[in-house]
Amino acid sequence: MKTPLSWLKDFVDLEGIDLEQLAHTLTVAGLEVEEIHYIGLPMPAGLQQTKVSGLSWDPDKLVVAEIREVGPHPNADRLVLCRLFDGQQEHTVLTGAPNLFEYRGQGELKPPLKVAYAKEGAEIYDGHQEGMHKTVLKRTKIRGVDSYSMVCSEKELGISEEHEGILFLPADTKAGTPLADVLGDAVLTIAITPNIARDANIYGVAREIAALTGRALKPMPTEVQATGPKIDGAVKLDIKDSELNPRFVLGLIRNVEIKPSPAWVQQRLRLAGMRPINNIVDATNYAMLELGEPLHAFDYDVLVQRAGGKPPTIITRPAKPGETLTTLDDVERKLDDFTVLVCDTAGSLSIGGIMGGLESEVTEATRNVLLEGASWNFINVRKTLVAQRMSSEAAYRFSRGVHPAMAPRGVSRGLELMRQWAGGVVDAGLVDEYPRPAAVVEVEISPADAQRWLGVALTNEQMTSILASLGFEVASKGDGLSVTVPDHRLDIETGVVGKADLMEEIARIYGYDNIPATRIGDPLPPQHGNPELELEERVKDALARMGIQEVMTYRLTTPEEEARRLPPGTAPDDKPYVKLANVISQERTVLRKSLLASVLEIAERNARLRQRIALFEIGPVFHASEETLPDELSRLVVVLGGQQQPAGWQAADSAAYDFYAAKGVLAELLAGLGLHDLKYEPGTHPSFHPGKCARVLAGERQLAVFGELHPQVQGQYDLGAHTLQAITLNLEVLSELAPERFDSRPVPQYPPVIEDLALVVDESLPAGQVEAMIAQTGGNLLAGVSLFDVFRGDKIGAGKKSLAYQLTYQHPERTLTDDEVAKLRERIVRRVTQELGAKLRA
Amino acid sequence: MENLQTIREQALAALNAVQDEASLEQWKVAQLGRNAALTQAMKSLGQLSAEERPLAGKQANEVKLALEAAFEEKRAALEGARLRASLSSEKLDVTLPGRPLPLGRLHPITQTLRRINAIFAQMGFQVYRSRDVETDEYNFLLLNFPPNHPAREMQDSFYVEGGDPENPTLLRTHTSAGQIHAMREYAAKDPGNPPPIRIVLPGMCYRFEQVSSRSEVQFTQVEGLAVGENITFGDLKGTLTDFAQRFFNANVRTRFRASHFPFTEPSAEMDVECFVCSGAGCSVCKHSGWLEILGSGMVHPNVLRNGGYDPDTYSGFAFGMGPERLTMLRYRIEDIRYFWRNDMRFLEQF
Ligand SMILES: [Zn+2]
Repeated sequence: MKTPLSWLKDFVDLEGIDLEQLAHTLTVAGLEVEEIHYIGLPMPAGLQQTKVSGLSWDPDKLVVAEIREVGPHPNADRLVLCRLFDGQQEHTVLTGAPNLFEYRGQGELKPPLKVAYAKEGAEIYDGHQEGMHKTVLKRTKIRGVDSYSMVCSEKELGISEEHEGILFLPADTKAGTPLADVLGDAVLTIAITPNIARDANIYGVAREIAALTGRALKPMPTEVQATGPKIDGAVKLDIKDSELNPRFVLGLIRNVEIKPSPAWVQQRLRLAGMRPINNIVDATNYAMLELGEPLHAFDYDVLVQRAGGKPPTIITRPAKPGETLTTLDDVERKLDDFTVLVCDTAGSLSIGGIMGGLESEVTEATRNVLLEGASWNFINVRKTLVAQRMSSEAAYRFSRGVHPAMAPRGVSRGLELMRQWAGGVVDAGLVDEYPRPAAVVEVEISPADAQRWLGVALTNEQMTSILASLGFEVASKGDGLSVTVPDHRLDIETGVVGKADLMEEIARIYGYDNIPATRIGDPLPPQHGNPELELEERVKDALARMGIQEVMTYRLTTPEEEARRLPPGTAPDDKPYVKLANVISQERTVLRKSLLASVLEIAERNARLRQRIALFEIGPVFHASEETLPDELSRLVVVLGGQQQPAGWQAADSAAYDFYAAKGVLAELLAGLGLHDLKYEPGTHPSFHPGKCARVLAGERQLAVFGELHPQVQGQYDLGAHTLQAITLNLEVLSELAPERFDSRPVPQYPPVIEDLALVVDESLPAGQVEAMIAQTGGNLLAGVSLFDVFRGDKIGAGKKSLAYQLTYQHPERTLTDDEVAKLRERIVRRVTQELGAKLRA
Repeated sequence: MENLQTIREQALAALNAVQDEASLEQWKVAQLGRNAALTQAMKSLGQLSAEERPLAGKQANEVKLALEAAFEEKRAALEGARLRASLSSEKLDVTLPGRPLPLGRLHPITQTLRRINAIFAQMGFQVYRSRDVETDEYNFLLLNFPPNHPAREMQDSFYVEGGDPENPTLLRTHTSAGQIHAMREYAAKDPGNPPPIRIVLPGMCYRFEQVSSRSEVQFTQVEGLAVGENITFGDLKGTLTDFAQRFFNANVRTRFRASHFPFTEPSAEMDVECFVCSGAGCSVCKHSGWLEILGSGMVHPNVLRNGGYDPDTYSGFAFGMGPERLTMLRYRIEDIRYFWRNDMRFLEQF
């Protein structure tokens, strides 16, 4: 909300208060000042806690001056020369302002014209350029006449965008006075959060300032000079649904003269962000901005006419099925059954609290004005705004809640402003229907509450003083206080919620800064870990240690994007997507089902940037479920491709990631988590090469699938030269299987015997089977079996392969004899020879 | 015996002329080998009389020891010279780059989340995680956002197709949705006397917003919640100030501003003194000297009640912060979209 400083001063004395400090005080108390826009007042130098904009007027260079005579320019019809006195001396000033032409050639002006005068070097806005651009006034020659100063338009001063003519100042301003002393102002832009809707008006902000600075708040301006006949009988009221329309107030002013509002009124409205229209409409807007009660003005004579010459009856009711109304913005609106209309006996006039209809609006011809101020159910106003896609200043306020008590105050203020600006006579009294009076809210609080909520010892007197400054009525009750909520706010509830509401008010005004920071004294809750998270962190650390980079990706994607992880024509799985009902981008329409697709997208993004791709992510995938909420399943994906070692300038290890490199990563990861006795067997998964895919089983449970990406999948990503390996692992299974602890083994005290054993077997025999049999046969004395070479070639014949193992024999309590080792070896060789058809390689 | 003296002088003279290790080996064969003059002389000792023999033997031995010592000295000298020569010739260009090793890194957001979690863990806050897809009830209603309430405007949601129209399914807009789950879970342990709570709730959240350098459709958040019979706004200030001083630096000042969140009352935004300029004003803090860090407040009585904690007995505070914002401030990252784009040129910097 835009809040002009000059307007605030109508209600609270700001003399001696630094503007920056005021903005800070408001901000800390919950009325965040987003910006201070300076109009001439001095801007602070250096550190500014609040964003500032606008212009300061140099007190020496921008002053009030008087134009004593306007004469013709010798060489230009569209320019005039002014003889001007700046308080010290006379100058000749050249201008093209059209609103000075009428004074040309009149000789000495009596009285002189008071204007804003800018001297050489003054900073002003450039009046001739589109938009607002600052410039410094320089000495120049225009059409042969020396020019070093100027008389200013509103735009040049930064007051408005008006540049049609120069600005005239009141006749009683004194030449030589710094302009900032006469016209200087500033506009605070305040963010109004829902809980301070009551402050979406000048008086509300002034009330907060008064409470925060300890200054007096002037009374709310609700006096109206009503000298006309009693309003009774001029209009009737009929509220059909008091739930939606708890109060409706009407006032009447007769014989107004429609014309522009006084200049200072137009100025204030502009600064507050509203466009001046005419004195009647401006009065409704001014009163709304000032007190927060939106008003609506009807042409009374139109209503009388619609009522067949009789006093009109105003009816408020929900819209009927199929009913329409053409609103002020010239849109014909189809109304919902919850839209509340203001009608007369001839039909609808406006949408209650939101926007008027065209027919009964105030026009140039209006003579008598019926002024409405009402109270509307704010939730219903919100629903209507959403349904009708509308907004207005009135609706902004009504949709956040305006107390019904504000209705007569607003109408009285509006009538008085109309009387002052448009003449006319106000009918005595108001027509006021209030079928559903707002509850009077009372809350009891005590110093114990302040101690419990805020941790501060406050006395009843301190709390009373704070609450009273905000308009609460406070009486003492027992050990504490009984607090009555003032009838301009709707945000305070009863009971324990009310206590919290009041604690917030007390804390805000007492000052958050003044509440001491303490450490929690309450008992520490029972401590327990988060095993799933801890396992994830161990997995992340292990993979990072293996040189693999963690990524975090979008969990929103599209089915088309995810389809790239499967070869074309793959039958869809039976798991439905979790689809968004409202889509903001066509690239984000569903929650992902595949983490592999997410990581492959990142591999693609980096494929042309890096010779080595090693990425992993841990995160959820989402499957729609029969239940209300989808399944969120935790997965790990690792993607590897390109060189295993980054390239340097030296001849480097240029081995590429292959199936076995991926298997190594997975095996090391699982071993590091204490998982042993896992079974690796050929796997099938549509994303992988059918011959280069394995699955990892723990008993009957599938823990992971890994392998080389299917060539057709590979082809659907732009991966450059990289052939990718990928691992997908189910973290839920992992967290069930990973042991909390394991038993360590003692370090042997006796030397091991290490021997090589090379076996020639059929190509089709899986190496895992050979190793398993060696290990089983070797028993406890065989401490290690490790394959160190696989050889194929003529020497051993076609269809055969040689597997070379290093065997480590070890007895825990003594040194093994050669004889013992030889017997063990013989037993192993005999068994693999007999059962697997292996031959000892010579 | 003059013969021995001559052998010695000639041998030492020959050694003096030796310049390299090969010649030294030749000298050793010539002077100390089987056919050397000294060896021959020692062999001929037997021909001497018994009286002459001990003295001559002793002298011959002295000559042998002297030659051996001279040889050893020469050998060490030559070896030293060779080492000096090779050391002075073997010179590396130490400015050539080192051999690159693959360093795996954690995503910067993981790193920030770990820092946050670790600091709060030391204050007794444990990690509680809950789901990404929520109901309106848990994301809004139970957190004191009534239907059509103005506060809902601040959080535009992604809704999920299907679901109950009365209680739509949506992607959580804040990890605060986990507050109710956590409170109810704790309260269920002893409904008559629910235990105190101190948790942080990290997780991914979603908002229906256009993506820009300042806003994303998904973002991480860390919510915090402390509930007990004696928890005050002063404790909120103290705990969060302790956090800021651990996360940023020990001397950083904090500032609390009144604010509004439907699920807390009183509510506060915490700012920290800009750690780039120490409050003097710079482009990072937009010349205000302060950085907005997190939102917080005392848990609203309705939220406590919805979680199974009687607000007449229990109080608590909650807070929420954005790890992306904290990371962006800490490393002066200009564009929030970097985080989920995962360009290696970005990730490799952390
Ligand atoms: Zn700074």
